[in-house]
Amino acid sequence: MMAALRDAFLSAVIALGLFVPMVGLVLDNGDRGLVLRGRPIAAAVLVGLVFVGRLVMHLWADRPGKEARTIRASKIVPKAANRFVAPILLAAAVLLPLTGSRYYVDLGTLVLTYVMLGWGLNIVVGLAGLLDLGYVAFYAVGAYSYALLAEHFGLGFWICLPLAGIMAAFWGVLLGFPVLRLRGDYLAIVTLAFGEIIRVLLINWVSLTHGPNGITDIPRPTLFGLRFSMDDGDDTVAGFFGIEAETIHRVIFLYYLILALALLTNWVTLRLRRLPLGRAWEALREDEIACRSLGINVTTTKLTAFATGAMFAGFAGAFFATRQAFISPESFTFIESATVLAIVVLGGLGSQLGVALAALVMVGGLEMLRDLLSTVGEQMGSEWFSGLAGDLPTYRMLIFGLALVVMMVLRPRGLVSGRTATAEMR
Amino acid sequence: MLSVTNLTMRFGGLTAVDDLTFQARAGEVTAVIGPNGAGKTTVFNCVTGFYRPSSGTIEVAHADGSRFRLERMAGHLIASRGKIARTFQNIRLFAGMTVLENLLVAQHNALMAATGFGVMAVLGLGGYRAAEQAGIEKARYWLERIGLVDRANDPAGSLPYGAQRRLEIARAMCIDPELLCLDEPAAGLNPRESEALNQLLLGIRDGGCSLLLIEHDMGVVMRISDHIVVLDRGRKISDGTPAEVRADPAVIAAYLGEGEDA
Repeated sequence: MMAALRDAFLSAVIALGLFVPMVGLVLDNGDRGLVLRGRPIAAAVLVGLVFVGRLVMHLWADRPGKEARTIRASKIVPKAANRFVAPILLAAAVLLPLTGSRYYVDLGTLVLTYVMLGWGLNIVVGLAGLLDLGYVAFYAVGAYSYALLAEHFGLGFWICLPLAGIMAAFWGVLLGFPVLRLRGDYLAIVTLAFGEIIRVLLINWVSLTHGPNGITDIPRPTLFGLRFSMDDGDDTVAGFFGIEAETIHRVIFLYYLILALALLTNWVTLRLRRLPLGRAWEALREDEIACRSLGINVTTTKLTAFATGAMFAGFAGAFFATRQAFISPESFTFIESATVLAIVVLGGLGSQLGVALAALVMVGGLEMLRDLLSTVGEQMGSEWFSGLAGDLPTYRMLIFGLALVVMMVLRPRGLVSGRTATAEMR
Repeated sequence: MLSVTNLTMRFGGLTAVDDLTFQARAGEVTAVIGPNGAGKTTVFNCVTGFYRPSSGTIEVAHADGSRFRLERMAGHLIASRGKIARTFQNIRLFAGMTVLENLLVAQHNALMAATGFGVMAVLGLGGYRAAEQAGIEKARYWLERIGLVDRANDPAGSLPYGAQRRLEIARAMCIDPELLCLDEPAAGLNPRESEALNQLLLGIRDGGCSLLLIEHDMGVVMRISDHIVVLDRGRKISDGTPAEVRADPAVIAAYLGEGEDA
């Protein structure tokens, strides 16, 4: 008990050190420039919460019969998850537009874009074990391929989609060649640099890419040649089917488009995993030298992993361009690569379901948290928390970071760890 | 089978293998022995393409008469075309993958050819299913020989040490080699496992695959080798049948140290 109290006290001291600058002090616009205000009560409440929380954690950990429980939990979760969670998620994804809420469909589109990027990167990082910190570069290549082909040659989305994938795969091979000999940290640094090179190139090659101004008026996708438009022409979806033109039609169409693209990524990955190529990727992750001794061409195997992963990023990029109708280099910063990598690692390297769950939590959850915090903030207009209420949504990254740390402590190998074998002997 | 001629390997100023010439004959077990640091593993790495020799030639002749110059080939071609398989001193299995998957990865090139550049098999077309079934049957054959059929769906890393050694040999055999190179296969095995290993290796030899092995365990070497090459400080000091090598004063001197007055 004394040890628990001591530990809780130490945690509270650390919390004090953290929360005094982060929550206890706030800069406000005063009469003459910025003024520093104190917010002692809010900080004290948080420190108190840490103290109590730590104490409760100790008491919880010391309760009898704990050992058996943890072992059982870690064994059951992956199997049950695979059997039930995936179909439920899929059904929810298919049915989501029925809510008719533009907000949810837009959010779903965003989440699915990251699911697709996560599944694409999962091939490179999760299966082949090649740490790629510049994945956003291929996303950018795909987006700019479509935007430029549409601008200069007037090509439509459906022709450009495969072209964008091919372009991205080509750049994947181009990146792959110089980094063939690199592993681990060194590979990470070079891929990080590659991501930056592409972005800097897009900013500075003004004559081709319009530099930081980006490309505007990227054509929207069509449904078998039918446009989504508010005018009632015969070649619009609304005109053809004789229904009232609404903007949500296009939003829902885009949602199903990215759902289909993401499922394609998933299907191809699952197929490839069960083929010699996918097995060679996993073998490469486990032991490159042993692969070579078995006659596997390590060079081509690595390049196919880079190319396949990049191709799906290219598809996602073309989708991103057509959805936004505007792209600029700002959309392809390192933070995007980091987010996608975080999704893959958090989900559990190599796990398709884990990646989908992690994208849902990291992208969708973060947005939901923002809304939740603003609602909570409005409720507590108390003097004690003076000014904190309105700022609450800005703390979402803090809460999110905390959630990630907790998550990594509880499930260090990701949400869904453990792999399924690609062949079985009966 | 395998002819190594004037092989020299230098690392900077150090000459690890110095003008070595020996042959491994088809259908025989050839052992390379010598004290620590004699250059055995270096020879091995040259033969299996992990090092590029400073000079000298390594030639392999297959049973069908085709010949390959190994010192010029890329690493993975030595296994896929030269038909030379190897195991490692510190076991290198794909620990996270199952036993069966380990054996299927070894058949990568054969299975890959059946997938039609991957595209056909992704779409479920072509004869890949049959090819994979054949691959699984081949894996079953080898698992039966090493007594691991019932562990086929377990991760390779979860096997006991001796079983991992046998699995690594089975995996190497799955590439259908003409020459199997074993780097200290008996290291860390107990006498019973060691005896089982001898039987496995002799069975492989009788199946038509030649063997080249490095071994410290003299019991294994003397019992199963047809031919022994003794190295010391990068040079060959003796070459012959087990009985000849055992009686060679140069070998005794290398192992026990030369007498003060010699």
